[in-house]
Amino acid sequence: MNRINKALQSDKKLLSIYFTAGYPELKNTTTILENLEQSGIDMVEIGLPFSDPLADGPTIQASSTQALKNGMTTEVLFEQLENIRKTVSIPLIIMGYFNPILQFGVEAFCKQCQAIGIDGLIIPDLPVDVYQNEYQTIFERYGLINVFLITPQTSEERIRYIDSVSNGFIYMVSSAATTGKTSGFGDEQMAYFNRISALQLNTPRIVGFGIKDNATFKQATTYAKGAIIGSAFIKHLNKFGIKKIDTFIKTIRD
Amino acid sequence: MSYNIDNNGFYGKFGGAYIPEMLYPNVEELRQNYLNIMAETDFQKEFQQLLKDYVGRPSPLYFAKRLSKKYNTKIYLKREDLNHTGAHKINNTIGQILMAKRLGKTRIIAETGAGQHGVATATVCALMGIKCVVYMGEIDINRQAPNVARMKMLGATVVPATSGSKTLKDATNEAIRDWINNPTDTHYIIGSVVGPHPYPDMVARFQSVISEEIQKQLLEHENSSNPDYVIACVGGGSNAAGAFYHFLDDTNIKLIAAEAAGHGVDSGESAATSALGREGIIHGSKTLLMQSTDGQITEPYSISAGLDYPGVGPMHAHLYDSGRAEFISVTDDDAMKSGLELCQSEGIIPAIESAHALAVFSKKQFKPNDVVVLCLSGRGDKDLDNYINYFNV
Repeated sequence: MNRINKALQSDKKLLSIYFTAGYPELKNTTTILENLEQSGIDMVEIGLPFSDPLADGPTIQASSTQALKNGMTTEVLFEQLENIRKTVSIPLIIMGYFNPILQFGVEAFCKQCQAIGIDGLIIPDLPVDVYQNEYQTIFERYGLINVFLITPQTSEERIRYIDSVSNGFIYMVSSAATTGKTSGFGDEQMAYFNRISALQLNTPRIVGFGIKDNATFKQATTYAKGAIIGSAFIKHLNKFGIKKIDTFIKTIRD
Repeated sequence: MSYNIDNNGFYGKFGGAYIPEMLYPNVEELRQNYLNIMAETDFQKEFQQLLKDYVGRPSPLYFAKRLSKKYNTKIYLKREDLNHTGAHKINNTIGQILMAKRLGKTRIIAETGAGQHGVATATVCALMGIKCVVYMGEIDINRQAPNVARMKMLGATVVPATSGSKTLKDATNEAIRDWINNPTDTHYIIGSVVGPHPYPDMVARFQSVISEEIQKQLLEHENSSNPDYVIACVGGGSNAAGAFYHFLDDTNIKLIAAEAAGHGVDSGESAATSALGREGIIHGSKTLLMQSTDGQITEPYSISAGLDYPGVGPMHAHLYDSGRAEFISVTDDDAMKSGLELCQSEGIIPAIESAHALAVFSKKQFKPNDVVVLCLSGRGDKDLDNYINYFNV
């Protein structure tokens, strides 16, 4: 069974962390992954940096720009992750924009992912219908789960369509925003969380955008299977480098 | 072969809507409505009236006698530089502001390179009393100061894009981000034939007034509505799309696109997408794109802020790929010389963007009886500093 599905079956609320590969230093990727696993994280999104990350706010964009300057490329990332399954066993997801994947070759990319032990992909600018028409069979051939996003503006009809195509979890964007834009949840988000819960979808949801601490993690996971932290973790890396990752995670969990 | 868009939003293999889910409702709303709204009698009446009384259309098709003599062919200039706000950009912003109103939007955002699209957007927002935010690369803000001042006087907020190359590509990223963060009340007026479907088609249709007028005007001048050649500069490609539009399917009419080669195609400082680009995805569409082997988008360079873009619209990618249009790379130097040549031979100061198209005459031989129409997309007032610095005038 895919590690993502296995994690989704557990009783606990899942905490997933996003970080940009090759940041703050090129060689930090595997160290960060190992530290995250040791800190008790349930799932990780490894960001493949892109020069023009449309859906990201300034914090993640700056980390991507730095990672690219450090020399991160798709090939370098695959080299760094070659033996990652010897030390890390939690589900690993690569999150990246479509153009670098297209240039690497979609099938070649998926094949490498399978060889390394990557469980899923999140590609924000690959629309679900394009995926279904052109790439789904390739992803499935290599055992990869593709994760789709929904937002407060996504229509019920489209949510049900995304639910039908999903085989892992749905990434529930908490508000109409780029990453790192909001912090904390207001009435509008709560209404949205409730509305989605009431749809009784087949696919579990994990909330992303706007989660930065214990309070927001708890709020989000009242309505969903888990939550993802991105910008807040990048900010932690900005401040402390790769030290004290366990302290950061502890403040979220406690 | 068809050179226009298909039902799925593709020109051949280029186009589509590769957008994050956050943008899907906005883009889908537009896709479902744009053709119906454009077909409404009311819409057409208001659009045509504004083009006539506000923009000053039809723009003249001017026979450039001295330039024709010099290059021994018949050169007509489609004078988009005489439009209100000084460029072809206003044709599209008039159309899109009417579209936005009918979609119930109360806030407009736009990106701009040279500032011509920003000015055109700020202008129509002032005209309609709608709030306007224009994103512009920090570098472009510095090299296009008069247009920045114009936008501010027109009541727009100009927001500097400080990421990446700090030029048009980054201004576009910032505008898209704004749209993601303001999905319900805001319409994004894209200034070129780029972006996710339906933008390339919608903008091309609004700009197609250019080729429609060329046909009518040529009939008066030459007794035939068909030229032998149509020449236009291509950054994103909206003036070219407009100038080519009604001629796309008649392959007897040759289409020439002039691209900005900066310091030279192989100099590392260039924006010549057809020469340097590969198939890729930028700003929501699959097109030809300057990028690294790893798929990172390359920072382009051109002396002309309006052509400083690492891709072209998907229609142009298809015109290049299919061989329907000839793409010619023009360096900064060639463009500047051709711009000055037009000043001194015809008394017209062209935008540096348009000067790239003019440089085609020194690179390609035409026959004496060829009827060559060149889209003079904008005027050079905004570029005076560049001209002054380049020629030490």
